[in-house]
Amino acid sequence: MYEFVSGPLVWIAFIIFVGGSLYKIYRMLSGAKKDMTLFRHMSLKHSLNSLVHWVIPFNNQYMQKRPIFTIVSFSFHICLILTPVFLLGHLVLLDESWNISWFNIPDGVADWMTIVVIAGCIFYLYRRLTDPVVKNVTDGSDYLLLAITALPFITGFIAYHQLFAYKTILILHILAGEIMLIAIPFTRLSHMLFFVFTRALFGSEQGYWKHSKDW
Amino acid sequence: MKPTIAIREPVVDDLMDQTEKILTEEQIEKVINEVIDQETGVRLQTYVDTCIHCGLCAEACHWYLSNDRDVSFAPVTKVKDTIWVMLEKKGKVDAAFIKRCSQIAHTECNVCRRCGMYCPFGIDIAYMMLVVRRICAKLEMVPLYLQDTVNSHAATMNQMWVKPDEWIDTLQWQEEEAQGYVPSARLPLEKEGAEIMYSVIGPEPKFLAQLLGNITVIMKVAGLDWTMPATAGWDNSNMAMYSGDFEVMARVERLHHETAQRLKVKKIVMGECGHAFRGGEYDGPTWLGWMSPPIPIVHAVAFYYDLIKSGRIKIAKKVEGPVTAQYPCNIVRNAGLGSKLRYIMSAVCEDFVDLIPNDRHAFCCNAGGDTINCGPPWKKIRVQSAKIQSENFKRTGAHTIVTPCHNCHSGVEDIVDGYKLGMHVKFFSELLIEAMEIPEHLKPKEE
Repeated sequence: MYEFVSGPLVWIAFIIFVGGSLYKIYRMLSGAKKDMTLFRHMSLKHSLNSLVHWVIPFNNQYMQKRPIFTIVSFSFHICLILTPVFLLGHLVLLDESWNISWFNIPDGVADWMTIVVIAGCIFYLYRRLTDPVVKNVTDGSDYLLLAITALPFITGFIAYHQLFAYKTILILHILAGEIMLIAIPFTRLSHMLFFVFTRALFGSEQGYWKHSKDW
Repeated sequence: MKPTIAIREPVVDDLMDQTEKILTEEQIEKVINEVIDQETGVRLQTYVDTCIHCGLCAEACHWYLSNDRDVSFAPVTKVKDTIWVMLEKKGKVDAAFIKRCSQIAHTECNVCRRCGMYCPFGIDIAYMMLVVRRICAKLEMVPLYLQDTVNSHAATMNQMWVKPDEWIDTLQWQEEEAQGYVPSARLPLEKEGAEIMYSVIGPEPKFLAQLLGNITVIMKVAGLDWTMPATAGWDNSNMAMYSGDFEVMARVERLHHETAQRLKVKKIVMGECGHAFRGGEYDGPTWLGWMSPPIPIVHAVAFYYDLIKSGRIKIAKKVEGPVTAQYPCNIVRNAGLGSKLRYIMSAVCEDFVDLIPNDRHAFCCNAGGDTINCGPPWKKIRVQSAKIQSENFKRTGAHTIVTPCHNCHSGVEDIVDGYKLGMHVKFFSELLIEAMEIPEHLKPKEE
């Protein structure tokens, strides 16, 4: 089982993740071409302007008004992406298979970053359960997406600390990571791919086309 | 997903009630899928796929904030109750659902685009509401009063059934009124090759004719070469743009621009109206495939800014006491004229008190985006849902609110009445005409 999930399934997951993402973006761009006005409303300068104002924390009025949400969201997303990419354990596996490696973050730090991601998921879950607006637009799929996001980190945390059933948890951890990768292009987790484009379009329309700003 | 619980007082709208009775499910399915497949393309789908249901847009919406944070007014809820269901059921919905869609998109949303600015992904929720309106319009599910203005556009090319002779008559009457202030003032009709074509919206000749007199005086004092058309094409307003009848919208915008071309003017200057600017500058040219207007369009705020800044118009006596101004969404958030509005307000008022929040973050007057044109049946909820802006006005302590937009003007008047604010509501030109200097040689000679 371990050999399978850590061998062929990793390949499959990455192929689906990369292939699916490219396919989704290709489909979006080719569909956008049919819309005569879409690209003509776009400008690189204003797209970047908008992106910069929205990926730097507190760089727009809106985030300044919601400090807690902003802090949680930024730390959640930063840790979500950086932890798996720079984790020593992952890099060792990569080194063994392909003999390549890069900078890693110390395990102690990675451990805290994992906790940040899990805490972020709990925060989002709490909002989904308590905020009336969010609750009203939440269904099973939202909880599922939250679970898909949280599981690799929860299992990773348990596996790293070898709290119990190390071998089983490790297999679950790898499996959870693979499910998440596969899910990204085909679920609303695809906001990871698309937010750049939606942001760029709105930024361009507001900035380039309407001579205003979107932050 | 469970349906949203929306508690609303029953409203009688003859057209919507009638349409509900005759619409068939086949018609509905066909129209929904047609619009979604052929007109929205990938944009709508990407928006729906990207939305993570975080609900942050709610904080942006004055409907939500004014109704004690009732979730059924939150922007994301409006999308959920319309587009999500249409996509999920692939258009297989009933007439009652379409009626509710029209109620949400036409009467409970101003497409002011504030929520787009609050979405971390920049999802343009107003665009989605316009898609809903488009579907409703193709199914003739439009509030009666709004549809009447669209019918007027289609038949007369102006919003208010103004007849050709009434139009010319009104202009000549206002020319005479203007000559009471400045005897040499002229309102030149059909002057080919003039520098400026001035265009207005239907309500000006209908019941705000004094604004035409004002501009006649202002143009004379500024010494500008201008004209107005004597034919259809003088009306720059466009309610069809908001009802979702884009075919009529395109006809109106095309005629407006073609009239300016026929008169061989260098630019169009338009009266104080927000949605008209949006139609002439963006939505019309985009739908027509021109992308940008063939002849530049200048909104009144930018026009007065140039006149005051260049010294063509001098201010003799500033308006006394605290005065505030509404920031019309379509010329500020969606056209960037906020700083110019502040400039002209400060130039003309002794004590200009700014709104908080101001500029592109300011709240909508809750009349724009056609909601006021939905008519008396929908007025109560509209005024009730402008509570947040009424509080903002009250805080300024101003005696007058300036509204450089017709929709804002009527909407803010309703706010002032509804919340007993005891403030005056004026167009900028009304302040300017009082404050500006009329040079000696232009003044009437005493007998």
